[in-house]
Amino acid sequence: MSALYLLVLASIAVAAIFLFAFIWSVRSNQFEDQEGSAMRMLHDNETPQINNRKI
Amino acid sequence: MPEISTGRNTVIVKKEVHSAEKLCYHCGAECTTTNIAIGDKLFCCDGCKLVYEILDKNGLCNYYELQSHPGLSQIKPVRSDKFSYLDNDDIAEKLYKFTDGNNTIVTLYLPGVHCSSCMWLLEHMGKLNPAIVESRLNFTKKEVTIQFRRQEISLRQIVELLTTIGYEPYISLDESDKKEKSSFDKQRIYKLGVAGFCFGNIMLMSFPEYLSSNNDIEHQYATLFRVLNLVLALPVFFYSASEFFTNAWVGLRQKTLNIDAPIALALLITFGRSLYEIGTGTGAGFLDSMSGIVFFMLAGRIVQDRTFQSISFHRDYKAYFPIAVNVVTPAGVVSRHLQDLKEKDVVELHNDEIVPADSIVVDGRAKIDYSFVTGESEPVTVEVGKTVYAGGRQTGEKLTLQLIKPVASSYLTSLWNHSAFSKNKVEQNRRDSVIHLVSKYFTIVLLGLVAITATYWAFVNPATIIPAITAMLIIACPCALLLAVTFTHGNLLRLLSNGGLYIRDAFVIEQLGYINHIVFDKTGTLTEEASEYDMRGDIFSEEEKDIIYTTALSSTHPYSKAIVAYLGKRAKAELIEWKEFIGKGIKAISGDNYIYIGSSRFVSNTNGADTDNAACYIRVNDKLAAFYITPKFRDALPAVMQNLGGHYKLSLLSGDNDRQKSTLQGLFSGEGKLLFRQQPVDKLNYIAGLQAKGDKVLMMGDGLNDAGALQQSNVGITLASDVNNFTPSCDAILDAKRFAWLPGLLKLAKSGRQIINFTFVISIIYNIVGLTISMQGLMSPLIAAILMPASTITIVLMTTGLSSLMARSFKLYVKHPVTKT
Repeated sequence: MSALYLLVLASIAVAAIFLFAFIWSVRSNQFEDQEGSAMRMLHDNETPQINNRKI
Repeated sequence: MPEISTGRNTVIVKKEVHSAEKLCYHCGAECTTTNIAIGDKLFCCDGCKLVYEILDKNGLCNYYELQSHPGLSQIKPVRSDKFSYLDNDDIAEKLYKFTDGNNTIVTLYLPGVHCSSCMWLLEHMGKLNPAIVESRLNFTKKEVTIQFRRQEISLRQIVELLTTIGYEPYISLDESDKKEKSSFDKQRIYKLGVAGFCFGNIMLMSFPEYLSSNNDIEHQYATLFRVLNLVLALPVFFYSASEFFTNAWVGLRQKTLNIDAPIALALLITFGRSLYEIGTGTGAGFLDSMSGIVFFMLAGRIVQDRTFQSISFHRDYKAYFPIAVNVVTPAGVVSRHLQDLKEKDVVELHNDEIVPADSIVVDGRAKIDYSFVTGESEPVTVEVGKTVYAGGRQTGEKLTLQLIKPVASSYLTSLWNHSAFSKNKVEQNRRDSVIHLVSKYFTIVLLGLVAITATYWAFVNPATIIPAITAMLIIACPCALLLAVTFTHGNLLRLLSNGGLYIRDAFVIEQLGYINHIVFDKTGTLTEEASEYDMRGDIFSEEEKDIIYTTALSSTHPYSKAIVAYLGKRAKAELIEWKEFIGKGIKAISGDNYIYIGSSRFVSNTNGADTDNAACYIRVNDKLAAFYITPKFRDALPAVMQNLGGHYKLSLLSGDNDRQKSTLQGLFSGEGKLLFRQQPVDKLNYIAGLQAKGDKVLMMGDGLNDAGALQQSNVGITLASDVNNFTPSCDAILDAKRFAWLPGLLKLAKSGRQIINFTFVISIIYNIVGLTISMQGLMSPLIAAILMPASTITIVLMTTGLSSLMARSFKLYVKHPVTKT
């Protein structure tokens, strides 16, 4: 039964990961413009100048 | 014709595709000529062609691949020095978000953004000018953030570049405009996230308690779960719920009991009792309910406070006036900030520019369109030496004016000094809200009941006092009411915006429910932008019509333009002579035909005054005809008026003359009044008069002349053909294309109150059941744990479900916005 301690801890840890993912996504402005991102992802057939990332 | 469909907070322009017709490659408008073309690509105007050329040269034609006809019509050219004021460093500095002398970041609002092509083009600005380092578009807000090197390109050049490719920025130095846009409340989202996380985990840890009788679980695990619950509840209580405590505290210091006071009390008691139970090992407490309630209430507030990010409700005359004006100084013409203008300054005004302050015409032909100020639809010709008033728009040539009053005390702008503008309508609505009234009495009644219960148990069984009253306070938290209100309003905001009515905040919905008198403005509200033309009198031959057409074509007078529009496109006739007599009319000779267009006196050469209401007269040799211009009423008007007449008192306030009184009288039945030639202040006073009689007034207007009335009214709705364009400060904006839906939208807003009342009754039943049990001291954690989430979820489902059902029954339910394909 002592496995329960581990399981409880694990379950909270997993949930905490999601919480931090959520906080990170809000912090990095991902909810600022929900329509824009959906369109932007269809435009990537060229080198995006924004991040200077080469494809 | 482009059709605009509005969905949520964006306007999407949808263009019908006529395969057989010739459509402009850039903007999709129908081409009247095939002369403007590049290869097989046709353009409707040189503006559109220019944009194509620029994009083509820079390899940006992908713009046209993503969407067909993505551009905006460029038929209306922008004057070349319109943005010259941006060369003024003081003004430019205010717009910069960041600058280190060279690298600069600026954010501009572009009302024209509507599709993914716009986004693609605007994010590839760097190809048009290498000095633009980065550009990024926030589509929801329609804001582009541009990083550029200031030493290589000026802000003015950037704005002009945007204007050339068809996205003219809307520039305002008004701080209130900016504040409203950054309303996305991140703090509250974090709080919601934390509350959700803790709520979910606490529920999980509480399951063993729910599912077993008290002694069933092994003691070590029970303690573990309870302690974990307590740890998880800490962030909910101290972080997520903090706004309830601060609001309650602020209210108490102002000696008022707001809705947050009983909630804070309930949270405090719940947490305290849970702490005690867990500490003494006597029970598991109510932490699950507490965190659940905090989570749902935060969610409700977020739903309710959602704002329309691309729409501004708080614009005053400053947003309508230019930012800077060209002032003639001994050193030449300089651009000066509006607030720096002084009396006796001499300013230059170009076509389509607004008179910044009351002034005297020094030079030029003033033809001022006061439609936005007075509602009068015909431009006024003002001679040199006479006064023009602030807010009028010059049509025609360049004008030189000398200011006789500063901007703030001009005739129109002085309206904003009226006391109606000093009251805070948002605050007022908040205070009048049912929530505010209920919360005042709720706490008092609750505390009374607690006292009675305590006294009763003091005699019967003193040991039960503490458990009984704490349970009572926990159960009787008014969160049910709060949830009912926030979720109903939040969903109604969404539904109404689907129907084209954009509401500033949730409290306006409540006010809409109390309206019993609707006041309309005429021009622009009941009438459409287009007019109806009619010619009566002698019949002209086709050849004569050609001559009239040619004669009118050369004049810029609005009547001439109307005649051209009425006759349609025709062949041009040969004119031997053409002369315009200012303020009288035009005389022309073609062959042996003499043509006169103008006032009755000018045309027929008699002293007879204009007998009927004709706009002007046309004479070709001996044939005489009168030309009429009548504003066209909205198609849906009779139906809307009939529908509204049954439920509301109706009035009309028009700044225009009473030419159409008879037509309007038929529409306004009942006790409503029709008033004409109303000044902006008259309108405001009329509304105030109605309110003094106890009426709750809804004002429907569209222009600056209605600004006072919109502010004074209980709810002011502005009618706008494009919701992103300028609208005077108001409580809600109605898309002009949805005018026919007005009765249904008002009904829907009104139904909000019934829904809240109904849900409230349900929650009271829950509360009575809960209170009865807890007053008897029988409340167990299990029942509490079931009762609270159950009532919460019932309320959330009921409010959203019922309001959506109502919208459906009023046939207002619109599917998702039609996007361009």
